[in-house]
Parts: sequence; structure tokens; C-alpha cells
Amino acid sequence: MEVLVFLVPLAIMLGAIGLMGFLWSLKNGQYDDLDGAAWRAIADDEPAESSNG
Amino acid sequence: MQSTLDFSHYLKNAGPGLLHLELAVEGINCAGCMAKIERNLSKIPDVTSARVNLTDRRLALEWKEGAIDPATFVDRLAELGYKAYPFERADAETKEAERAGALLRRLGVAAFAAMNVMMLSIPVWSGNVSDMLPEQRDFFHWLSALIVLPAAAYSAQPFFSSAFAALRARGVNMDVPISIGIALALGMSLVETASHADHAYFDAAIMLIAFLLAGRYLDQNMRRRTRAFAGNLAALKAETATKFFGDDEVRTVPVAAIRPGDIVLLRPGERSAVDGNVVSGRSEIDQSLITGETKPETAVAGSAVYAGTLVRSGTLRVRVAAAAEETLLAEISRLLENALQSRSHYLRLAERAARLYAPVVHATAFLTMLGWLIAGATIHDSIVTAIAVLIITCPCALGLAIPAVQTVASGALFGSGVLLNSGDAIERLALVDRVIFDKTGTLTLPELDVANAAAIPAAVFALAGRVALSSRHPVAAAVARAAKATSPLEGIEEEPGQGVHGMLDGREIRLGRPVYCGADDEANAILSRDPEASVVAFRHGADCHVFAVRQRLRPDAASVVEKLRQYGIAVEVVSGDREPAVRMAAQSLGIREWRAEVTPVDKIARINELAAQGFKVLMVGDGLNDAPALAAAYASMSPVSATHLSQSVADAVFLGERLAPVGLAIAISRKALLLMRQNLWLAVVYNALAVPIAIAGVVTPLIAAAAMSGSSLLVMLNALRARFHQKETF
Repeated sequence: MEVLVFLVPLAIMLGAIGLMGFLWSLKNGQYDDLDGAAWRAIADDEPAESSNG
Repeated sequence: MQSTLDFSHYLKNAGPGLLHLELAVEGINCAGCMAKIERNLSKIPDVTSARVNLTDRRLALEWKEGAIDPATFVDRLAELGYKAYPFERADAETKEAERAGALLRRLGVAAFAAMNVMMLSIPVWSGNVSDMLPEQRDFFHWLSALIVLPAAAYSAQPFFSSAFAALRARGVNMDVPISIGIALALGMSLVETASHADHAYFDAAIMLIAFLLAGRYLDQNMRRRTRAFAGNLAALKAETATKFFGDDEVRTVPVAAIRPGDIVLLRPGERSAVDGNVVSGRSEIDQSLITGETKPETAVAGSAVYAGTLVRSGTLRVRVAAAAEETLLAEISRLLENALQSRSHYLRLAERAARLYAPVVHATAFLTMLGWLIAGATIHDSIVTAIAVLIITCPCALGLAIPAVQTVASGALFGSGVLLNSGDAIERLALVDRVIFDKTGTLTLPELDVANAAAIPAAVFALAGRVALSSRHPVAAAVARAAKATSPLEGIEEEPGQGVHGMLDGREIRLGRPVYCGADDEANAILSRDPEASVVAFRHGADCHVFAVRQRLRPDAASVVEKLRQYGIAVEVVSGDREPAVRMAAQSLGIREWRAEVTPVDKIARINELAAQGFKVLMVGDGLNDAPALAAAYASMSPVSATHLSQSVADAVFLGERLAPVGLAIAISRKALLLMRQNLWLAVVYNALAVPIAIAGVVTPLIAAAAMSGSSLLVMLNALRARFHQKETF
């Protein structure tokens, strides 16, 4: 059961990292445009120069 | 012809040497538009960032200061086929967005805490039935306390502060039992942990907070979206004014930059964006948006004009007045205030549920404690059981039941062209049993239209439309619009107060007053048949035609009125316009109840009269004169073309040319209210099942957690049914 001594703090630390990640993404505006973000994921990175619509 | 817009009001500094501009863009509706706009605008040299927000339909631009005129962006977007308008975030929207952000942050904290505590709780639950050492259990409980107490203190603040405010006002809202439940659950768990007991409810408490915050966030996010959309509409309506800088120089500035005392220029065909008094000039003005009266009046120096007034013939210089000084507006604002006060008496479904709920729950918990004491249990055990009752009855599902339905239903409404101003509007719209329509701009379209288009040869119509493009007169503009003309004829000149003329194929071409075109007889023939119409004549050589231009009923008005009747809703027309016009509109729609030349005060009187008879009235109107009535009615809707004031007072705003959204709003709301009631009953049934277990004293933290998430899920799934609305044929 000594394993708890480092497993529990480790688990809590991982949770805390997750929370920090969420708060960072929130502050960074990651949830401002959910509809757009869904499409950006599948958009081409470098669109061809000639295509215009 | 038009001075360019002065953008300086909208520009913001975004760091050293960088400028930031937000544009509301009309027509962004797919990922393709997003990519196209971003790609093309990023190509402009010196643009550092161009980012489209697809949810809010906006474009944020950043570029290096000094190099580019912001008008370039608008022109470039126009080339791509999008209309863009500079945009300023309204205070209300910023506040809603901040609140939504804060709730999401608290929700995140609560949800992460709940997840991590679960990780500690599950070993305890399984350990209780196997061979966990008491020391290990205590250790896990203390760890849970370490995570939950700070997380709860932070994330449950909205409930605590709201409950405190309600108690201070000697009232009760749903947050009172919630706060008491949370505080007692945490306090008891702490005491139990300190005394090495089996059960602690840290997990249930933080999970409760997380679920309730999810409900609050849904509610808040719906409000934020509506505000954002309303903000775009305001920008799309391009509320600008032509302001004098010095004696001759004029610049187009946003209305927000206009101050009382400024002088603005109003040209024929423009709508005033400000209230004020005419300094010089003379013109016919159309006050129909304000008073509902469609007959033009003449404005001279000293006459008052209001925001929404349409200038028809001449040019006016207007000194901007502070709104409150104006007698008409002051009167309307006073009526409005009274009406809004009376509406705040309306009790929302959630509030009514809370009023019933809190005393019942607290009494049950108290009786449980007394019962166990009488039955011979120890004080400690009795209190623990009573608190378990409070935890199990904590209105987790109740807190989600209504916001979840509201969110889904407002999404469905949004899809049918209805924007809600307030979440509880759904409840009120659902109960409506009588609809009062205003006529001008509500039953009729806000823009004028050609009534005798069928009697005019298509080629002549098209030509007249092209000529009409050169005139600013609203009646001519209606001809151009009806002919769908896009390319103006060259060499057409305007003769103020008469019409426009030019040459085509060696013959003179004229469009304007019947006298000007020598078409008095035809014009009089039309006017004798239809005294409400405005006429405009067109002559090309010997070829002469007269257009009858009038307000047209919304294309589906008759079928919507009929449909409403089938729903068991009585329909009537109450308008400020003259009797013949109102009678004609009402008769052609088959509406028997109508009133004409009604003042704002009498509109309210009519609504109150109906309310006294027990009717729940939906007022649909657009004018400034309708605003008090909109506020006084049980529920209210405005078309998107309505004055600002009316839109902000109305419960909902509907888009487009059709009247169908009014009927759809009622249909969807009725379905949503049904689901809300179902959800409340689901919550009651859940309590009826769970409470006896709690009273019996056999509730474990595992049962509490399972019951809580189970009931919340059930309520959420039921709310989603508001989405599968069968297509109504309005």
C-alpha cells in the first residue's frame, strides 16, 4: 500500500494539469467559435493560388 | 453621391503600430466562405491577421497602422460577394459574454474536481464492501476534502450570492435550497471524516455543483448568442448619420458617435437615425415607423423628427436632441417604464417550482430528523439521515430541467428565424391565446411595393426600374426594387420634387410625378380605385404607364392568420394608421376584429382590457408607438425591421419577409413548455422514488451519486426532444 504515497499525489497532479490546460484554453479563446473550429480542422492548410471560391 | 463612412470610431489599438477592426459580415454561412474570406483578406499587404468567427458571423482584422484605409476591406469583401459593416460590441453583449466565460471557468473547476474526487470515491465504495482499512478510508476522505472544499468555495459562488440576495430581499429562489444543501453536505462530510465515519458526501456535493453550473451555463450561453446576433443585426442595419463638420463638410459617422447638438443632414430616401428638430429645409416625411400613420407630413424648420422617420422629397438639416427632451419619446418612455414594471410580476416556471420545492424539502428533512429521534436513534444519526435527505433531493435535475429545454428550443426557434430576447419568453409565448397585430410594417412589409406590376409590360417595367435607380425617392426606389434593376441608365438627371429625366433611343424618358410625365388621367383612375396607393408615372416618348406603389401584405399573412385560428388563437389588428387602410388590410386577411387610429395609450388600454378578461395577449408590432404595448402585453414579438426600442422591448424578434415565424414561435414554444413540464415531473418522480430510501436512512454516497447523474441525464435527453420538431406548415 506504500504505492499510494506517490500514486495519489501523481493522480492529483495529473488532474491539476488537466484543469490548467482547460483554463488556459478558455482564456486563449478556444471556445469562442465552436462552429468555425469544427470546419477548420478539415480545411486545407495551403489552398491552391488559383482557386477563388 | 454618398460620403464614405468614417471608420475611426470603430478602430482599436491592438499593440504597437497595429490596428484592430471588427466587421459584421452578411452571408457567411459555411466553411467555404470562412476560408475564402480569410485567404483573400490575408493577401492584402500589411494585414497581419484576418480571422472569421463562424458562430457569430464576424470578421476580426488586424493590420499595420497607416498603410491601409479600412474601407479597402469592405470593398474587397463586396467584391467577394459579402456585405460587411463595421461593428461595435454593445455593453450588454460584452457583459453576457463575460458572464458566460466566468460560468464556464467555474464549471471547468467543478467538473475537474468531481472527476478527481470520483477517482478517490470509487476505491472507498468498493473498499466498504471488501477489506479497506479505516485509516486508508480516512486518508481518501481527507484527500477528497482537500480537493472539494476549495473547488466548491470557488465554483458554487453564483449560487451562494444569488441565495444570499434572495434571502436579503426576504424571498426564496431555487438557489436557497441548493446553497443550504451544498453547505450542509460539505459540513457534515467534514465532521464525519474527522470522526472516522464510513460515509462522506464530498463527491455528491461537487457533482451537484457541476451539473447545476452546466444548466446555468447553457442558459447564459443562449443569452450571449442572442445578444451577439442582435449586435450583428444592429450593425447590418448600418445605423449611420451624415454629420456636419463645419458649414459644408459632411462625413458619414456611426450613430454612436453623434452627440446632442450636432447637426446632421437628411437626404431624400434616408431614414433618420436620430431624434431632433429641423433647422432648415423642407420635405415630406413619413412617420409610419413611429406613429403607424402612412400619410406623409410636411416638415419645416422647427418640426420634430424621430429616429425612423423617412425623408421623402427634400433635404433637411436637423439638430440632434437628447432623446428625453422630446415630448413624444418622453411619453413613450414613461408608458414603457410602467409596462415593464408590470411584466416583472410574471413568475417564471422555475421560480414557481422553487417556491413549492424549498419548503417541502426542508420540511421533509426536518420531519425525518424528528422521526428518527422519536424512534430512538441518536442525535448524530438523525442529523446525518436528515442531511442525506437534503442531498438526495437537491434539485440537480430541477436546475437542468428548464435551461436545457430552453437552450434546445431556442436553437429550433433560431432555425425558423426567431431570436429570443429572454429565456422565459418561451413559457409565455406557449400560453398565448390571442394575438394583436400592428398593421404597418408588421402585417405589411416594411418596404413599399408595386401593386399593379401585372398590368405593365415586362420590358417597360425593366426600363422604368433602371431609370428609377437614379432617383432617391422612396416610391421610385420601390419601382427599382420591384423591377430587380441593377444597372442604372446613363445620363439620367434628377429634377428635385418632380422626378428624373433623360434620353434613350432619341426619345425623352421620364419617371416622376404624374403631372411631370403628363399622365394625370391614368394616375387619377388608379387613385380613385385605390386611395391608399402612391403613384409614379413613367413616359418614354409616347409610351406612358403609371405605377401604383403601396405597402404590400406579407406574402403568407393570410395563411398564418388562418393557421393561428386553427390553433385556437384569436387574431385582431390594432393600428395607429387611418381607418380605410386598416379596414382593407383586415378584410383581405379575414380578420373581423380591428381598430384604427389607436394611440399608444389606447393600445395599452386594449391589451389591459383583454388581460382583465383573462386573455394572454401576444403583441406583434414594429413601430415606436408599439413599444409600450409590446412591453405591456403578456408576450411580444417584433419584425427585424422594427425600431431599436421596439426590438429591445420585445420578447422575440423575427427575421425575413414572411409572417410564419410568429406562428412557428408559438408552436415551438408550446412543445417546449410541454417538455419543461415533463422534465419537472420527471424530477418529481425521481424524488418520490429516492426520498423514501433517504428517509429510511439507507442512502450511501454511491446511491446519491448514481441517482443524481441518472436523473440529470434523463432530463437532458428529454430536453433534446425539443429539437425533433415536426415541420409545421406555416
